Amino acid sequence: MPEATFLDTTELVLNMGPQHPSTHGVLRVVLKLDGEKVLGTDCVIGYLHRGVEKVAENRSWVQFNPYVDRLDYVAAVSNGLAYCLAVEKLLNVEAPPRAQAVRVILTELNRIGSHLLWLGTHALDIGAITPVFYCFREREESIKILEKYCGARLTTHAFRIGGLPAEPYDGFARDVIAFCDMFLPKVDEYEELLTNNRIWIGRLRNVGVLTAEECKQYGVTGPILRSAGVQWDIRKAMPYSGYDKYEFEIPTRTNGDTYDRYIVRIQEMRQSARILRQAAESLPEGPVMAKVSKVVKPPVGEAYVSIEAPKGELGFYVVSDGSAQPYRVRVRPPSFINLQALDRMVRGALIADVVAVIGTLDIVLGEVDR
Amino acid sequence: MPDQPNPTHPEAPAAAPPPAKAPPSKPPAIMATTPWDGDLPRQLKEQFGDSISEASTYASQNFLVVKFDAVISIIKHLKHEANFDYLVDITAVDWPKRTQRFDLIYILYSFARNERIRIKTAVPVASRPESAVSVHATANWLEREVFDMFGIEFEGHPDLRRILLPEDWNGHPLRKDYPLLQQDQGWVQANLGIERGQ
Repeated sequence: MPEATFLDTTELVLNMGPQHPSTHGVLRVVLKLDGEKVLGTDCVIGYLHRGVEKVAENRSWVQFNPYVDRLDYVAAVSNGLAYCLAVEKLLNVEAPPRAQAVRVILTELNRIGSHLLWLGTHALDIGAITPVFYCFREREESIKILEKYCGARLTTHAFRIGGLPAEPYDGFARDVIAFCDMFLPKVDEYEELLTNNRIWIGRLRNVGVLTAEECKQYGVTGPILRSAGVQWDIRKAMPYSGYDKYEFEIPTRTNGDTYDRYIVRIQEMRQSARILRQAAESLPEGPVMAKVSKVVKPPVGEAYVSIEAPKGELGFYVVSDGSAQPYRVRVRPPSFINLQALDRMVRGALIADVVAVIGTLDIVLGEVDR
Repeated sequence: MPDQPNPTHPEAPAAAPPPAKAPPSKPPAIMATTPWDGDLPRQLKEQFGDSISEASTYASQNFLVVKFDAVISIIKHLKHEANFDYLVDITAVDWPKRTQRFDLIYILYSFARNERIRIKTAVPVASRPESAVSVHATANWLEREVFDMFGIEFEGHPDLRRILLPEDWNGHPLRKDYPLLQQDQGWVQANLGIERGQ
């Protein structure tokens, strides 16, 4: 009697991206599948590589400033802040208190905008259509303040080395407080739609789990690290730009799954609004620019400065040879390093979870590829 | 007009050097570091001796300069004995005029101590520094990027491929001898169907 024959169990290799709506840009993930189960992944990145680090070496310190906005283009203000702080560290200057407070306001507004864009598109990936309209509605309000302040909506070039390009417009603080009043009830609205939604919980809970130990192993920072129970935020751990003057909490969760990362980011938006209100109500008077010469020539030296960007630790390692051009600018991008953990998070999961995990990583390919 | 004689002083040589007058407050040409004192550098120097050639502070940031064959053992020691459990970044800087052409920079952070340090090491062109992947998993992509951009190959890396540029690209763009507008013309013609990218 012949032995029973079974169907072939061959591995299937599937290309997801670079043109795929759920990869949030030009990310290509090569998936090795056994049926619907993911056996392994390989990320192919670099489609958006523009060589900004090379560009930096051929521009002056001042000229390179607008380029950094094109890294994480949904949180351009954070990039500008990190770069300016790094060059200021080399120059040994500090922005005046008024400039620092305005920087905090714009950065937190941008953090809310970035989280809202994440929430809307993540929910859309999972299959919830409504949140994206809600989120873009409020994000528009945050962008309007940026636009009134500096004329640009996304690639803002909001800061200069040493301070701000201009005094904030009349009624700036009033607009920010009005935004906070408007925004906080809206966060409750998002939560009403999603937090106890059975489908939402079913798609997110226990998906893409990353423990605190694994986060540290992979250098994963930001909301992903905090969702695994590590209460670490550079705004608290190594305060910059006067963050130590404001009261806020670092939201954490313990499971480290996709659902917890959602909760952490929702709560971070509330904390950002809290910082916004304090900063706007206590906006100090004074100059907005420190004494920095027109041609920025930092002394020979090097520095690494990082900030808590919406996606995690965003750092700039800058080396000066004493000339007006950077000798080396290295960007430590949170998206690039967080994306590395994708393989760990989806191995053994189902293919539908890959979409949820890419969403929850909150990557921006402009920053991954640079 | 350097070849014309000086009209006010016809007897002066045409190419007379300007009087040597150094500006009084010229910034130093080397990094103005101060020694880094503390328990950590002292312990490390006891443990690793000559492998650590410098422990300094610049702009209130501490860094060690170490011999490149000792980097991984120092990082391992820092991880297990001093709680530096988060490898923030690995990057490189090209100094083409030096005999040891590249600087490799490892940035480490300790959650427990809330402290960040840098480890710098000079690497000659042809040498293969040891990979840090066995100590910190995050080194995988970071070292691939350093390899892609500088052409430094890491010994013992599990998967050393280019990461941002195409795999069959020629050249390593962040080297100083790679001009801004240079590109792999052959690759561009074969893959993009255009004569040149600029």
